[in-house]
Amino acid sequence: MSKLLPILGFVLVTSLIIWFAVQLSQPATWSPEERQLLASLSLSSLQKLPADPSNHIADDLRAAKFGQQLFFDTRFSINGAVACATCHQPERRFADGLIRGVAIGQTDRNTPSVVGGAYSPWQYWDGRKDSQWSQALAPLEHPMEQGGNRLYYLRLVASFYKSTYEAIFGALPDLSDTNRFPLHAGPVDNADWRSNWLAMDTADQQTINRAFANLGKALAAYERRLLPGPSKFDDFVDSLGTKSVIFNAEEQAGLKLFIGKANCIQCHNGPLLTNHEFHNTGVETAPSELPDKGRIQGVRDVNLDEFNCRSTYADTAGHCAELQFARTGPELIGTMRTPSLRNLKNTEPYMHKGQLPTLIDVLRHYNEAPTAIIGHNEAKPLNLTLTELSQLEAFLHTLDAPIAAEDEWLTQPDLPQ
Amino acid sequence: MKYLLTLLLLSLTISLTHASDIAEVWTSKRIQISYQSALQPIAINKMHHWIIEIKTLDGLAVEDANVQVTGGMPAHNHGLPTSPQVTEHLGEGRYRVEGMRFHMNGQWEIRISVKRDGLDELVTIPLVL
Repeated sequence: MSKLLPILGFVLVTSLIIWFAVQLSQPATWSPEERQLLASLSLSSLQKLPADPSNHIADDLRAAKFGQQLFFDTRFSINGAVACATCHQPERRFADGLIRGVAIGQTDRNTPSVVGGAYSPWQYWDGRKDSQWSQALAPLEHPMEQGGNRLYYLRLVASFYKSTYEAIFGALPDLSDTNRFPLHAGPVDNADWRSNWLAMDTADQQTINRAFANLGKALAAYERRLLPGPSKFDDFVDSLGTKSVIFNAEEQAGLKLFIGKANCIQCHNGPLLTNHEFHNTGVETAPSELPDKGRIQGVRDVNLDEFNCRSTYADTAGHCAELQFARTGPELIGTMRTPSLRNLKNTEPYMHKGQLPTLIDVLRHYNEAPTAIIGHNEAKPLNLTLTELSQLEAFLHTLDAPIAAEDEWLTQPDLPQ
Repeated sequence: MKYLLTLLLLSLTISLTHASDIAEVWTSKRIQISYQSALQPIAINKMHHWIIEIKTLDGLAVEDANVQVTGGMPAHNHGLPTSPQVTEHLGEGRYRVEGMRFHMNGQWEIRISVKRDGLDELVTIPLVL
């Protein structure tokens, strides 16, 4: 009997290990309600790319190609060394992997990805722009980004892209009279350029603004083609009900948490895993900085923006439902736009100031839901275990996928010399 | 055959009448409100409009009132993602409310304030998405 005991013990322990292994490898079961939620998150549910009525050339192939050239052309910066692609790098899902963007100087916030931006009514963390084309104009004139001014850029277009521009938009303004059109002018953060701009005729300013807006529209025609491709998660959801389950137990558990008790799906909903809205989740202020006002400032800015949907430069004829019904009020203090969770790989650090270095830091943050410094944190503590946080992280990585655009759109095109 | 057809028509009429009868109504002390969403079923993240119908409790249409629409998720302590507005008075107590959008699934409350000479009412409509 005493000889049998170790054998019995061995058999018992082995059986237990096998039993646990079998349990772990069992696919999770999904209720009809859960399946419905999962389907709502799949790229298969993504509606067709929405039209941009404010940009009449949004879907013009020539404009997209011109926009791609502008996107990668470093001559379109005051120091000749910075382009959109400096911070929006194709190999990093059109973000940069830095705490904050670094162009001519350091920017104020973490660089958001361009991918899928065409689906959002608002651009930037605080939504201070209401179209991709009006957003694309701002870095060109921001002193810490591309640092130039609209007259400077239109002269570059005249030097390198005149025929391309004119084939799409018609005649480029004649800028040869430097009394009317100074070499440098724009309503920008530079006293000389600003005073040159203010000295110009209103009609000439409008001519320049219209041509400058066209550069944004070409850039947007390119950017709107950058969309997320199907991921392991989408394959998993689309194969539910068949035998080809491709998630491991940890990923399935993470997904259960995501749509269940971790509450992620409250804001990260729909096929892009974002509701495109603004939320205060109590993210800590960046070191040595005042708290970021977020959307409460963004909604003021977008209403005053010279290139917003209501402006004469938008092709919308005044149909601007998003702006018309945009909400304001103290509830927006410290709120930021929900980012998509597709393609988190290579885009750390996270949050609007890049405060959190890794995904697990982000998950820990939501698990604790600290009190907000300004405004109020909408999230509640989750009390998840470390194992559950790891499961969520495993699930989030199943959302990584290549961008759904042909290779020709993901590299620098030939630039005219 | 005729008998069958009559029976079919009768049952259809009854079901249609019944459908209009059961349009849900929410009340305050003095008014009642029903609504019809242009988006059926209501889904998250889609801007759409509602037609609301406002009547006194004894069934008289409330015309030309100042109507404000707000709302939110009580459990989350936040409001609607938009500021809906009444954009048209359609007559017979009906008003067009544009800019409706919900950005989360869960329990919502739509609060409709109705003001007109001497009338100052607030009706709360619960909604689960």
